[in-house]
Amino acid sequence: MSDIKIKITDREGTLHEVDAPTDMNMNLMEVVRSYELAPEGTIGICGGMAMCASCQCYIKSKHTLPEKSDEEEAMLSEAFFVEDNSRLGCQIHMTNDLDGLEVELAPEEV
Amino acid sequence: MIKTDILIIGAGPTGLFAVFEAGLLQLKCHLIDALPQAGGQCSEIYPKKPIYDIPGFPEVLAGDLVNNLMEQIRPFQPGFTLGERAENIEKLDDGSFIVTTNKGTQHHAPIIAIAGGLGSFEPRKPLLKNLSKYEDNGIAYMIKEPEVYRNRKVVIAGGGDSALDWSIFLADVAAEVTLVHRRNEFRGALDSVEKVQQLKDQGKINLITPAEIVGLQGEDHLESVLIRKTTNGSEDVLLEVDDFIPLFGLSPKLGPIANWGLEIEKNAIKVDNTLDYQTNVPGIYAIGDVNTYPGKLKLILCGFHEATLMCQSAYQRIFPDKKYVMKYTTVGGVTGFDGSKKEAPKAVVKAIE
Repeated sequence: MSDIKIKITDREGTLHEVDAPTDMNMNLMEVVRSYELAPEGTIGICGGMAMCASCQCYIKSKHTLPEKSDEEEAMLSEAFFVEDNSRLGCQIHMTNDLDGLEVELAPEEV
Repeated sequence: MIKTDILIIGAGPTGLFAVFEAGLLQLKCHLIDALPQAGGQCSEIYPKKPIYDIPGFPEVLAGDLVNNLMEQIRPFQPGFTLGERAENIEKLDDGSFIVTTNKGTQHHAPIIAIAGGLGSFEPRKPLLKNLSKYEDNGIAYMIKEPEVYRNRKVVIAGGGDSALDWSIFLADVAAEVTLVHRRNEFRGALDSVEKVQQLKDQGKINLITPAEIVGLQGEDHLESVLIRKTTNGSEDVLLEVDDFIPLFGLSPKLGPIANWGLEIEKNAIKVDNTLDYQTNVPGIYAIGDVNTYPGKLKLILCGFHEATLMCQSAYQRIFPDKKYVMKYTTVGGVTGFDGSKKEAPKAVVKAIE
């Protein structure tokens, strides 16, 4: 069992410091859902296939993240509210390197 | 007016399988779906992706699962109202319901089964000022009748298959086609990407990438759009157009069902999972991803189970006085409404001398 600490700012602007397991094959979108930091049905709509942008978040810390896949790149190119530091949470897997990661959830598309 | 026993809203895997279970009970089904084809997310979002947790299928493509379900329910002759969204529901004095779609098609049934998944798929709209002012007034999110664009100046935005395909199609119809996309790369079938490249080289498509439409202008009708090159934010280009077609894909919205007086929790419909997946309105059930209850999992296999129990309960509701026990298909076979009959071959009884 190994946990890392992650700081997540939710869509209302509230900061949450949460423990994320690295041994459960979890991604950032699932961590957000497990702590219910965004209402069900507004995040992870496609289930984690990089086919919607409901888990878009902004990376606030200087961590080196894995490169975007073509699918993630393509989805972000069609998403709204995209910034240079935008990523899809479902494509970011929890690993020890990400200890201390700081992210902010992008607004919900309506 | 379309009449049926169980009106199923949503033609995804759960809704389709409900037709089979209802058919075993001699109940007829009709399905409504906002998408133009059956299969729900499996067909619309990930037809080529494999699913590994359908019991009995070590691996099955989502699209193949839908094809199999359609084959499985064919004997029960389900009706379909496709490309229309269930909009209104009205409860009659006899306890039955009339459901009307956004196009005015009416359906009458004693039982409603909402198998709506994440909701109906609606076009994703770009975040632009005055967008709603120009909707149906120069802006359309779907191309229903390509001829309306004849000899007009059209700008399309998007980077997927539909943006590519419609740019290609309209290149021969419209006076001018401009395709705007945030990136230089397009995510579509290779053929389409190459065709757009050709048309661009021939000057038949005006391709602007990486760029974004950032503004809309026009007195009453859309007259021009403001295009910003992502690489050069200072020089926006004003492009005169008659029509703007943003094609950014679809996203699911619970939609009008949310106003049907059903108890909603976490963007899903609360049901009684101790019994039959009925909602707080007797006669209306919710099955599959659209429902919620303690311990709910949004899995296709759970939807199949819920559909099965729902049908048993629906049967009891329609025929409160009839005695019935569940029969295995291996024992009873499958008798279709089309006269077809499938059954297990009889064992051979023969003495050995």
